[in-house]
Amino acid sequence: MLEIKDLHATINGKEILKGINLTIKSGEVHAIMGPNGSGKSTLSNVLVGHPAYEVTKGSVTFDGKDLLAMSPEDRSHEGLFLSFQYPVEIPGVSMVNFMRAAVNEQRKYKGLPALTASEFLKLMRQKREIVELDSKLANRSVNEGFSGGEKKRNEIFQMAMLEPKLSILDETDSGLDIDALRIVAEGVNKLKTPETSCIVITHYQRLLDYIKPDIVHVLYKGRIVKTAGPELALELEEKGYDWIKKELGE
Amino acid sequence: MKAEQQYIDLFTQYEAMVCQHSAEVLNAPRAQAFAHFEQLGFPTRKLEKYKYTDVSKFFAPDYGLNLNRLAIPVNPYEVFKCDIPNMSTSLYFVVNDAFYTKEQPTGHLPEGVIFGSLKEMAEKNPEFVKNYYGKLADSSKDGVVAFNTMFAQDGVFMYVPKNVVIEKPIQLVNILRADVNFMVNRRIVIVMEDGAQAKLLVCDHAMDNVNFLSTQVIEVFVGENAVFDLYELEETHNSTVRFNYLFVNQEANSNVLLNGMTLHNGTTRNTTEVTLNGRGAEINLCGMAIADREEQVDNHTFIDHKVSDCTSNELFKYVLDDQAVGAFAGKVLVREGAQHTNSQQTNRNICATRDARMYTQPQLEIYADDVKCSHGATVGQLDENALFYMQQRGISLKEARLLLMFAFVNEVIDHIRMDALKERLHLLVEKRFRGELNKCQGCAICK
Repeated sequence: MLEIKDLHATINGKEILKGINLTIKSGEVHAIMGPNGSGKSTLSNVLVGHPAYEVTKGSVTFDGKDLLAMSPEDRSHEGLFLSFQYPVEIPGVSMVNFMRAAVNEQRKYKGLPALTASEFLKLMRQKREIVELDSKLANRSVNEGFSGGEKKRNEIFQMAMLEPKLSILDETDSGLDIDALRIVAEGVNKLKTPETSCIVITHYQRLLDYIKPDIVHVLYKGRIVKTAGPELALELEEKGYDWIKKELGE
Repeated sequence: MKAEQQYIDLFTQYEAMVCQHSAEVLNAPRAQAFAHFEQLGFPTRKLEKYKYTDVSKFFAPDYGLNLNRLAIPVNPYEVFKCDIPNMSTSLYFVVNDAFYTKEQPTGHLPEGVIFGSLKEMAEKNPEFVKNYYGKLADSSKDGVVAFNTMFAQDGVFMYVPKNVVIEKPIQLVNILRADVNFMVNRRIVIVMEDGAQAKLLVCDHAMDNVNFLSTQVIEVFVGENAVFDLYELEETHNSTVRFNYLFVNQEANSNVLLNGMTLHNGTTRNTTEVTLNGRGAEINLCGMAIADREEQVDNHTFIDHKVSDCTSNELFKYVLDDQAVGAFAGKVLVREGAQHTNSQQTNRNICATRDARMYTQPQLEIYADDVKCSHGATVGQLDENALFYMQQRGISLKEARLLLMFAFVNEVIDHIRMDALKERLHLLVEKRFRGELNKCQGCAICK
C-alpha cells in the first residue's frame, strides 16, 4: 500500500529525514517509536504534504501512485489520513460545515454525487457513536473550546467519516486520560478492516496495549534503525533507547 | 480649490433652480452651507479624518446633476430584483434622490407612521420637519456635508410616533439610475419618538454602466426607550463612489443597532457619528467590508459618551483581496462625568494578498475615571495551520480559504436582529466570496 524509499526531507534547510525506507501492506499496523526529535512527526507531515517541509530525495508511492506529486487534498482523497498531534481550532467554521465540505469533496473526487443534507446528518450520527462524541460538540466550531481528550476523539470521528485506507496517528495518546485513551483506541479498532492500514506514532506502550501493532520501528536521527515485532515496544518501555544507541555504536 | 470651483460656479449659477425643485426647509440652510463649502472646500488628506480618502479626486470629474429633477422613466418594481427577496418587508424605492410613489405597499405601516419623500413632507409640514433637518449634520464641520446641504433636494423622511412598534421591517432600495456619468445628493431624516420601535434596511444599488457619485446624509433622532435597527447594504459597482454621513442622537435607555455592510463597491467612505445623550443608552455599531480588485472602503466612526451609564459596542471586520484598500478609524470619547461607561471597540481584518492594504486607527479618549473601555485591532492573514488542517481532510485550498473568510465575517452578520436578513446575508456573502455576486441586477460593469 505504502512504499517509502530513501526519503530525505528538510525544514528551513535543516535535514530531518535522512533516508527512510518503509513498506506498509494492507491490513498492517505499524508502530513508530523513537526519542524526541528523531523525526517522527516530520515523517507524518511529509507524507500528508505539509508545505513547510521539503523533500530533497527519495520516493513515496501510495497504491502505486506517486504520493509526493499530489496536493495535500488529493492525498486525502486517495485515502491518507493524519490524526494531528495538535488538532487545529477553527473558530467560526462549524463541525457540520467542515465535515460536509470534506466528505463531499472526497465524493466529488471519486465521481460520486454529494450527500443530501439528511444523508449527511445520518452519517454524522452514526460515526459519532464510534467515539462517543457528544452531539453538542458536532454543532460547535471545529475544535474550538474542546478539551484535549475531545480534540483527539474528534480526530478519530473525522477518520470514521472519511474512511481512509491509511491512517497516521501522530501521538494520539498524548493528553488523554485512561478512559479517553480506551475510547479513542477502541474507535480506531472498530474502523480497522483487512484493507486498511495504520501507522501509530507514540512514545508509550500504553496505546499499543489497545491498538496492537504487527511491526514496530525505531526512528532515530532521521533513519529507521531497528524493526521488529510487537515485543520491541515492550522492550523499549522497559529499557529506554540507550541500548539501541549503544548498538549503533554511540 | 480646483475641484471645488466647478461646484461653486454651478451653485452660483443654478441656485434658483435647485431651490425651485425642492422645499423651503431644505432651501433655508443652503446659503450658509455654501459659505461653509467655500471656506472649507473638500476635505484634504491632511485632515486626520480624511487621511485615507482623497475626496477632491472623486469630485473632480464631470458628473451630470438632475437639478431640475426630470422624472427618470423607470419602474423599479419591474426592472429591479433585490438580492434580498421574500423577506416580508415593506418595500420602498428611491430612484437617485426621488422617492418612488407610483406604486407603494399599502396597509403595511401602523397608523401615524410616515415613510415617504422628504421634499413632500417638508412642503406639507414645514414646521415639523424644520425641527430635525440639518440639526445633527453640521455643515460648518465637514466640506462634504456642506456640499450635500447645498445640493440636496429630496430624499426620505421617516417618522415613528411615540410608543408605536413597527413589527415588519422596512426596506428602502436606493437605485442609482442614469445614462451619463451622474451625481446624486440625497438626504434621509429619521425620527423615532420615545418608545418607538422599527427596523430599517437600506440597500444601495447602481443600475447602469456609468460612473456614479453619491453623497448621502442621514440624520437619526432616537427618543427615550426607543429601539431602532438600521442596516445598510451596499452592492454597487466598481465605478461608484459613495460618501455617506450618518448622524445619530440617542436619548435615555434607547437601543440602536447600526450595521453597515459593503459587499460590492467602487470607493466608499462612511462616516458614522453617534451621540449618547441620555443615561442608559446603548449603541451597537457594526460593519463589514468584503473588497477585492481596486475597491476601497473607508469607515470613520465617532461615538460620543456624553452622559453616564451608556454602552457602546463596536465591531468592524474587513476581508481584503487583490489590491483592495481598507481603512477604519474609530474614536470613542468618554466625556467628563460619563461614569459607568461600558465601551468596547474591535476591528479585525484579513489581507488575503500581499497587495491588499489595511489602515486601522482605534482611538479612545477618556475623561471619566469609573469606566470600562477596551479596544483592539488586528490585521492578519488566514491561519495557515487551519488551511492545512482542512486540506488534509480533503478540502481544497480554495474552498478552505472561503470557509475561513466566511467564518470571519459571520461574526458581524450574527449581530443582525432580523433572521431573514441574516440567512440571506450568509448566502450573499458566500456568493460574494465565490465570485458569483460580481454584479448587481441590471449593471454589467463588474463582469
